[in-house]
Amino acid sequence: MESCYCIEPQWPADELLMKYQYISDFFIALAYFSIPLELIYFVKKSAVFPYKWVLVQFGAFIVLCGATHLISLWTFTMHTRTVAVVMTTSKVLTAVVSCATALMLVHIIPDLLSVKTRELFLKNKAAELDREMGLIRTQEETGRHVRMLTHEIRSTLDRHTILRTTLVELGRTLALEECALWMPTRTGLELQLSYTLRQQNPVGYTVPIHLPVINQVFSSSRAVKISPNCPVARLRPAGKYMPGEVVAVRVPLLHLSNFQINAWPELSTKRYALMVLMLPSDSARQWHVHELELVEVVADQVAVALSHAAILEESTRARDLLMEQNVALDLARREAETAIRARNDFLAVMNHEMRTPMHAIIALSSLLQETELTPEQRLMVETILKSSNLLATLINDVLDLSRLEDGSLQLELGTFNLYAVFREVFNLIKPIASVKKLNVSLNLAPDLPEYAIGDEKRLMQTILNVVGNALKFSKEGSISVTAFVAKSESLRDPRAPEFFPVPSDNHFYLRVQVKDSGSGISPQDIPKLFTKFAQTQSTATRNSGGSGLGLAICKRFVNLMEGHIWIESEGLGKGCTAIFIVKLGIPERLNGPRLPFIPEVSTSHGPTAFPGLKVLVMDENGVSRMVTKGLLVHLGCDVTMVSSSDECLHVVSHEHKVVLVDVCVPGINGYEIAIRIHEKFTKRYERPLIVALTGNTDKVTKEKCMRVGMDGVILKPVSLDKMRSVLSDLLEQ
Amino acid sequence: MEVGQMQRRLMDYTKSLFMEGFLDGQFLQLQQLQDESNPDFVVEVVSLFFDDSEKLLNDLTMALDQPNVDFKKVDAHVHQLKGSSSSIGAQRVKNACIAFRNFCEEQNTEACLRCLQQVKQEYYLAKNKLESLFRLEQQIVAAGGSVPIMEMGF
Repeated sequence: MESCYCIEPQWPADELLMKYQYISDFFIALAYFSIPLELIYFVKKSAVFPYKWVLVQFGAFIVLCGATHLISLWTFTMHTRTVAVVMTTSKVLTAVVSCATALMLVHIIPDLLSVKTRELFLKNKAAELDREMGLIRTQEETGRHVRMLTHEIRSTLDRHTILRTTLVELGRTLALEECALWMPTRTGLELQLSYTLRQQNPVGYTVPIHLPVINQVFSSSRAVKISPNCPVARLRPAGKYMPGEVVAVRVPLLHLSNFQINAWPELSTKRYALMVLMLPSDSARQWHVHELELVEVVADQVAVALSHAAILEESTRARDLLMEQNVALDLARREAETAIRARNDFLAVMNHEMRTPMHAIIALSSLLQETELTPEQRLMVETILKSSNLLATLINDVLDLSRLEDGSLQLELGTFNLYAVFREVFNLIKPIASVKKLNVSLNLAPDLPEYAIGDEKRLMQTILNVVGNALKFSKEGSISVTAFVAKSESLRDPRAPEFFPVPSDNHFYLRVQVKDSGSGISPQDIPKLFTKFAQTQSTATRNSGGSGLGLAICKRFVNLMEGHIWIESEGLGKGCTAIFIVKLGIPERLNGPRLPFIPEVSTSHGPTAFPGLKVLVMDENGVSRMVTKGLLVHLGCDVTMVSSSDECLHVVSHEHKVVLVDVCVPGINGYEIAIRIHEKFTKRYERPLIVALTGNTDKVTKEKCMRVGMDGVILKPVSLDKMRSVLSDLLEQ
Repeated sequence: MEVGQMQRRLMDYTKSLFMEGFLDGQFLQLQQLQDESNPDFVVEVVSLFFDDSEKLLNDLTMALDQPNVDFKKVDAHVHQLKGSSSSIGAQRVKNACIAFRNFCEEQNTEACLRCLQQVKQEYYLAKNKLESLFRLEQQIVAAGGSVPIMEMGF
């Protein structure tokens, strides 16, 4: 081997050394080539490896190192310049790559290390989450238990079942040894053992309520651990072993008599029961927080369930009581109704029976008066007449009063002249007053309206009655009658607090005061004045007659007119003042369409004939048809007659001015005819006036007629005057 | 018998009819409607009433004879009769009809039959009286007098 001068001659190679070097280089190269292969293989196998670039670098570095060492194999012997160049290139490359890798590793190794730290951290986190999951699960379990317990407890409204179920379920859920409930006794001074889990019927075991441990439990809303040796916890016979831990919790109770539906009673006034729970002895179990919470929640639920049970008991009792009262009231009402009906029947019959002979007496006596009589006979006849008139009035009064009390009397409202009413009363009493030498004065306030809407007849009756009483009970002196419009202050009577008059635009309150200077009334008799049939017992009044009904009737009338009547007197001999206030309507200038109801006695002297007036009469009854026709013919009308509603609708035309329809025939609906005529004639001036003929003029019939659009109502049988006045009223409009 | 006497007899007879309750004020109304243009108004109406009532009474008898009485129909007939009798002022007939209607409402066949008898009785009485009245009137007219008009204030 020739040594060249460009390379330092090596010291005389030790053949062995050389051989070893040679072999090591070879192995190094082998290793250097196989490591990347292994790396690639394993990385290919694993899916996750973040540092592929580093791997490539590392691989390159190793390959180049390997290459370098491989090439150095050739440098042991003589080698050409190419080999040296290649060697140098590979060494240079290797140097570059390895430096780069070294630099890269500076970045990477901390990362790789931190991965490890992160892994540790995640493991800790996982452990912590596991713990928390365990806790949550436990809570979830507890929650489930509570819900289940609640459901069990609240599924019944019976006290005992609630309490028993609570104990059973708690015992089961928490695997208790013993569970007991101590309820306060009636006196409230002791706690009595009422329910236990294991023993079916606990002995009435009591404990005074003011023990410190019990106070401790009652003062907190949480479950409190108590010593197993305290009297409330000594429920099981003392065993040989360690008793388990005991917990006690308070259960609020609602006292039934404190019960208010609208306000939940304050907690501070509640009574408490004590629930004691014992863990099994000999177990190492302790009370966990979640178990205590469970116990507290259950105690609350039990309180709620018990209160519901209390509500139920209370309301059932109230309802039973109400039902009893209802039944009794119903019976009383029915009895009252029967009594009223019987009385009404009796009165109606008696009234009728009494009126018939009365009329005969009155009629015949008045006829007798017309004939020639001697003066004594005339006097006798006059007395008979007066007495029978009085009797007739009494009968009327009694019937009126009974009708008033039933409420079946209704006011007949109409527009009337208020001044005329007072004048008439005044004229009526003037003769009597002058005979008795009493001064009567009438004062009408200037702001009193001339016309008013109300029941004229009954108002006059009331005024007459009151003034008549004043006359009756005064032997001398004067009587003054004042009438004015009452303003709100004067409307209220302190003796009648429930009288709340409300003035409005359509109404005014008329106040009438009748003051007399007569015998007066003692204050204790005043309340009795308005009761029926009660008479004051003073001798002065005993001979004055009167049925005792007058004031009672007046009071009813005044009440119907939404008013109030009372009497003031300072005592016997000091005279008295009768005052009443009634509500009257104010008539408007323009009234809506009113139904012209027929006045009792028609004195209108309108046209006595209606020449050529075309009238259509519909009546099924031949006789009454003929009578009606006769009436109308007598009045000069041109009458067409029909006997059925179809015929009527067929024949009616705009030439007919009036249609008379009989509405009380069963089967033919007279009201329908009115509706049809309205439909047929839409223009007002074409439509004939429709009048109903009926046998009853009660309010219902009148309202019905008004509703279907009829213009008038006549009560059958019709008199000539009535027909005349109706037609003239209708045609005037 | 002279006219004056006959007239007085007619007046007394009419008065008695009113007193006994056979007739009421409505009959007077009918008489008022009679004038020169309508001289026989009252007789016509009353004759119509007689015909109508005979028919109604027959119908009623038949209706109440049925095994299953149709009270609605019976009521309708009685209503008609009541209407007619009140139109001419046959007071007692009308009252009997009113009682009849009450029993119809109760659907009491026994009582209805009794009422029917009552109504018939009243009707025939009224018919009799009215026919006598008309006969008296005819006699007066035949003798040359005029029928006096009653003015009674009842």
